[in-house]
Amino acid sequence: MTARTAGLGALALAAFVLLAFVPRLGNAYYLALAISLLQYTVLATAWGMFSGPTRYVSLATTAFFGVGAYTVAVLGEILPWPLVLLIAAALGAILAAIVGLSTLRLSGVYFVIFTFGLTELIRQLVVWFEVNKSRVLGRYVFVDITQADIYWQLLALTAAVFLLGWLIARSRLGFALRVIGEDETVAKHCGINTTFAKVALFTISATVMTLVGAIMAPRWTYIEPSIAFNSMISFQVLIMALLGGAHRLWGPVLGAVPLTLLFELLSARFPNTFTIILGCIFLLIVYMLPRGVAGLFEKLAAAPGGKTTQRVAA
Amino acid sequence: MSRESGTPVLEVGGLRRAFGGLVAVNDLGFAVGQGDIMGLLGPNGSGKTTALNLMSGVLRPDAGTIRLMGRDIAGLASYRIARLGLARTFQLVRVLDGMDCRENIRAGLAFQKPHLPAAEAERRIDTLLDRVGLAGHDRRPAADLTYIDRKRLELARALAAKPRLLLLDEWLAGLNPSELMIGIDLIRSLKADGITIVLVEHVMNAVRALCDRCVVMSSGRKIAEGATADVLSDAAVVKAYLGGVAADA
Ligand SMILES: Nc1ncnc2c1ncn2[C@@H]1O[C@H](COP(=O)(O)OP(=O)(O)O)[C@@H](O)[C@H]1O
Ligand SMILES: [Mg+2]
Repeated sequence: MTARTAGLGALALAAFVLLAFVPRLGNAYYLALAISLLQYTVLATAWGMFSGPTRYVSLATTAFFGVGAYTVAVLGEILPWPLVLLIAAALGAILAAIVGLSTLRLSGVYFVIFTFGLTELIRQLVVWFEVNKSRVLGRYVFVDITQADIYWQLLALTAAVFLLGWLIARSRLGFALRVIGEDETVAKHCGINTTFAKVALFTISATVMTLVGAIMAPRWTYIEPSIAFNSMISFQVLIMALLGGAHRLWGPVLGAVPLTLLFELLSARFPNTFTIILGCIFLLIVYMLPRGVAGLFEKLAAAPGGKTTQRVAA
Repeated sequence: MSRESGTPVLEVGGLRRAFGGLVAVNDLGFAVGQGDIMGLLGPNGSGKTTALNLMSGVLRPDAGTIRLMGRDIAGLASYRIARLGLARTFQLVRVLDGMDCRENIRAGLAFQKPHLPAAEAERRIDTLLDRVGLAGHDRRPAADLTYIDRKRLELARALAAKPRLLLLDEWLAGLNPSELMIGIDLIRSLKADGITIVLVEHVMNAVRALCDRCVVMSSGRKIAEGATADVLSDAAVVKAYLGGVAADA
């Protein structure tokens, strides 16, 4: 097991080193595509870190992404870049902790609706503030950050997210979340502070999403609330994570990569019917692959010859 | 038989809980001494499970006190009560279906403080598997277990925390006669370990064999209390049970 873990770790490291050279290819189109791929990989993986084990479906991805992007729009020119990122992360974490504490007692469908409403609420708040207080409709993002910089930052964040997810899965907190996902009442009777565990994971996941928004912001030269808080992101990330399989750390990436490529293609070819196609893909995934691509792989591994769920004879 | 020395492990007073207009537990009071097994009896719908839910923090009481080793736990969060040494099983068995037996039991002990060193925790899991009769099943998914084995696993998870007080909600229900004998012996061995038990049970043979004392509820109220033999021959108790479950005694 440990030899296997070390092997996988070395493989992952090699992959990241190789990926770091993508900007050196000097092809702007590939770089833009690679940025999209990384963006959705991090978002979907972060989404799965919380929603996979707890089975809470969150549509708040856009809310956190937008808060990150807007932090850059407001502070990007005033403060040094690392400080801007730090503030964005802190804002995302604080927002997530407040939202988590007030909503993670809700169950199932109420949580979904609340997180969706939250995105709208924050967007409207930003609009109200910009129109009435700052008296601007949108903002120009003037920061000295190249596309390659964006790519490298996202790559570093991807590595950090996988490392963090791996550590959490092996920790007591990770085990607590799995127990909560199985049966919350039992979890409480086992001595698990379920509220703390859920809020902690929700906050970690949301902080990562906020950072993605902040890192991505310089890609646009002009930001307005409808761009930063585009609720499409929430749905796309949800679909990707479900297609890949959110019950595994490496699941969402299996959905993020093919769907980012597909969405890229579709939105270019069919800009008007894109959302309809998105909806159909979503239905297909839920019906055909309830446990995602990761679940499909597990099933194949467990098929005759495989040995993932061997029965122990009494 | 009951030893009334020192503070009772569990002391309930004036406990009340209503659901809308229905008062499911009404002014309930009793005490359970260290190492005793107290039977909590009564016909279906008399409020036994609700009483356990109040003690384990699933529900908040409308009024009353619940003292665990002298400390008032009424209204405390379940996880805090669990960490103070109360464990339970559920009338409708609850195991973690997506995990194997070993992980199910680990869930019972991993969140107790202070944390056990990993090696010691694994040893305790082995001991528990053996004790409830699931030795060799440790890697088996809980979803694959038979009904009786699910009950065994649930009990092992409850015991993993080394509780001072164990609440069993009809744990013996649905067992066949030979399984019942094993189950009764198992519960008796827990008593020998010094675990105090509240036993909600309809199987009268088990109540007679195990309980030092009994409290009988009807429509949320306590209608009888005392030594098991006396309570079971009490006229009011027989009347409350008439045509009910006393037949399977
Ligand atoms: N969560 C609840 N909401 C509403 N009514 C409940 C709830 N739990 C129990 N009851 C009612 O309270 C009464 C006592 O139920 P219960 O405690 O389960 O009885 P017992 O375990 O003795 O069979 C029943 O009438 C039941 O319908
Ligand atoms: Mg009951």
